[in-house]
Amino acid sequence: MKNTTVPKFVIESKKSRKIIDLKELRYYKDLLYFFVLRDITVLYKQTILGILWALINPVFQMVIFSVIFGKLASIPSDGIPYPIFSFAGILPFNYFSQSLSSVSLSLVGSTGIFTKIYFPRILIPLTPVLSKLVDFFIAFLILIAMMIYFNIYPTWEIVFLPMLIILMILTSMGIGMWLSSLAIQYRDVKFAMGFISSLLMYSAPVVFPASLIADKAGYTVYLLYGLYPMVGVIEGFRSSLLGINPMPWDIIGMGCISSVLLFISGAVYFKRTERIFADVA
Amino acid sequence: MSEYAVRVNDVSKAFLIGLKETRKETLGAELLSWFRSPRKNYNTLKRLNTFDHIEESEDLFWALRNVSFDLKQGETLGIIGDNGAGKSTMLKIISRITNPTLGHAEVYGRSASLLEVGTGFNSELTGRENVYLNGTILGMTKKEIDSKFDAIVDFSGVEKFIDTQVKKYSSGMRIRLAFAVAANIETEVMIIDEVLSIGDADFRKKSLEKMIEISRGGTAILLATHNFLPIQAMCKNTIHLDHGKIVNYGNTNDIVSKYLGDMSKDKARQHWTLEDAPSSDSIKIIKAEVLPVTNLPVIRAGDPFEFRFEFYNMLDNDYDINIMFHLTDDYDNLIFIGSTTLTNLKYRAAKGFINVSCRIPENLLNHGKFTVNKLYVLQGSEKVLYEHSNLLVFEITGDVEYEKGKSGKIDGIMKPKLGWEVSSKKENEVLV
Repeated sequence: MKNTTVPKFVIESKKSRKIIDLKELRYYKDLLYFFVLRDITVLYKQTILGILWALINPVFQMVIFSVIFGKLASIPSDGIPYPIFSFAGILPFNYFSQSLSSVSLSLVGSTGIFTKIYFPRILIPLTPVLSKLVDFFIAFLILIAMMIYFNIYPTWEIVFLPMLIILMILTSMGIGMWLSSLAIQYRDVKFAMGFISSLLMYSAPVVFPASLIADKAGYTVYLLYGLYPMVGVIEGFRSSLLGINPMPWDIIGMGCISSVLLFISGAVYFKRTERIFADVA
Repeated sequence: MSEYAVRVNDVSKAFLIGLKETRKETLGAELLSWFRSPRKNYNTLKRLNTFDHIEESEDLFWALRNVSFDLKQGETLGIIGDNGAGKSTMLKIISRITNPTLGHAEVYGRSASLLEVGTGFNSELTGRENVYLNGTILGMTKKEIDSKFDAIVDFSGVEKFIDTQVKKYSSGMRIRLAFAVAANIETEVMIIDEVLSIGDADFRKKSLEKMIEISRGGTAILLATHNFLPIQAMCKNTIHLDHGKIVNYGNTNDIVSKYLGDMSKDKARQHWTLEDAPSSDSIKIIKAEVLPVTNLPVIRAGDPFEFRFEFYNMLDNDYDINIMFHLTDDYDNLIFIGSTTLTNLKYRAAKGFINVSCRIPENLLNHGKFTVNKLYVLQGSEKVLYEHSNLLVFEITGDVEYEKGKSGKIDGIMKPKLGWEVSSKKENEVLV
């Protein structure tokens, strides 16, 4: 028997006070690593094109958008070629929508695991949020290739890019904690995800610039529009990488506020409901 | 350091079970109820999801009620009980999978729960990848798995296929690999549910031996099972759960015997009064029972035991009497015919009570369920005076030789002690 101090776990019906137990999370970091590794390994198994799918999907989206919205509808693109303008939006948005759709089903899909063993349940929604980053970074290579092709170079503001990526992950995780814990109790979430996805898609400035909102509806509406965190993220991507506009700090700031609120409320709700997951699963 | 590994203090667990919905009489009412149902569904789901305000109600089901026990460091405790007695719920609470409704439990030290083997196995991944995934799910770190990896693969016996996708494994290989991971965890407390009864006989023996080794290494083990062999081999003390309550606690052999005794007592002993005894024209049966002749309350595989019958003879004249019975197993196979005619002795019957006992020698029957299927009372060796079908049903339990390190549960109907001799000579001596 080891002589280290023995940790004592108390199991009772009361709720725990800690919202996120960082010490415990650190202990389970290897499990998170293998969960993410599993998702990545399994994703493109038994496909012919394999990881190429991470390139094909966004490229086709870009082509379709360029033809329909760029050519036919002549939507403005802040003065840069429409394909690269839309791709800079597709890139973060695809990460957001893919991680949301898999995070919303993450708990429902892992009942076989968490009804049989204890580990911090938060790892379950955290896994897809992290593993979808792989597709994101692969698709990022296309953006770099397009920048070279169109002769567009990033500004010094590219130093803010990591911050934008963190904001994007934080938002996904915040909404993900809400959706996953709601979905395990109410399977309605599964059916609602279809239109939630398209709603999020068309309301994000993927095929049009956010400046369009400011022009049409005024600054106040534009600022409120920024409460949708992906608005600031997408516009921030365009500014820092393509250098069309100065960094839109106003809408990024708005996005940060709502993203942090979503994250904290999501964590609280997840914590409050996680003790019944095994009972309702 | 605490002397306890697990303390369970007055734990109860309630579930709200959805009650049957009322059916509408007309199509119109049914349609109307669909539109009203979202609100109703929400209320039902919401109620089933919250346990904060427990009030007695019709659909409240107590899976556990005021259960308390302690498990000391390094000890092994068994939990037995029928299906639905609350064994798994108890283990899930101690494993921190689900919360108790009332009461609390304390677990001292790291614990590993084996409520099934191979939790989280992904068939698209290779054996190696699954070892790491399953190991970390069970609470090991990557470093620990690295150092145990060879032992795991060695125990599983699938080293040739370790880099093959698990979907190409046979189910036996999957189980072996999964169990191998679980068997190599080092924790202070281990919580095991039924996983020792998987795989083929060889593997069961191997895994039980491994568990005994782990418990000797100082790990406290909590073991719930239907299979008494591992409990008898591993646990000094056992809890008997019934309908969510502890009905019995104490020495494992006593608890298991009593549990089995309760299960089979109505058919292992039959007793009638002279007035209501089953009867033919000439013979009444008063009593039939099967008794152990060891000082244990149960009959274990290989133990000697005794049948006792009591008859009442109504014929006036003395005669030569013979008794004969068929012993069958659970599948109605005839094991043997026991008969006094085979003894070359004469037994005389006079009017009045006749007591018969028949001793079954040691090293004859293996574990299993047996039936005294036909009983005949004969006058002379031919004339049937009385016959009785399906008279006694009794159980012979598995033995406890595991404790002595010998092979334990062996399949087969018989458990004979055979006379073996093995001799060998050096080859060159033969040639000389």
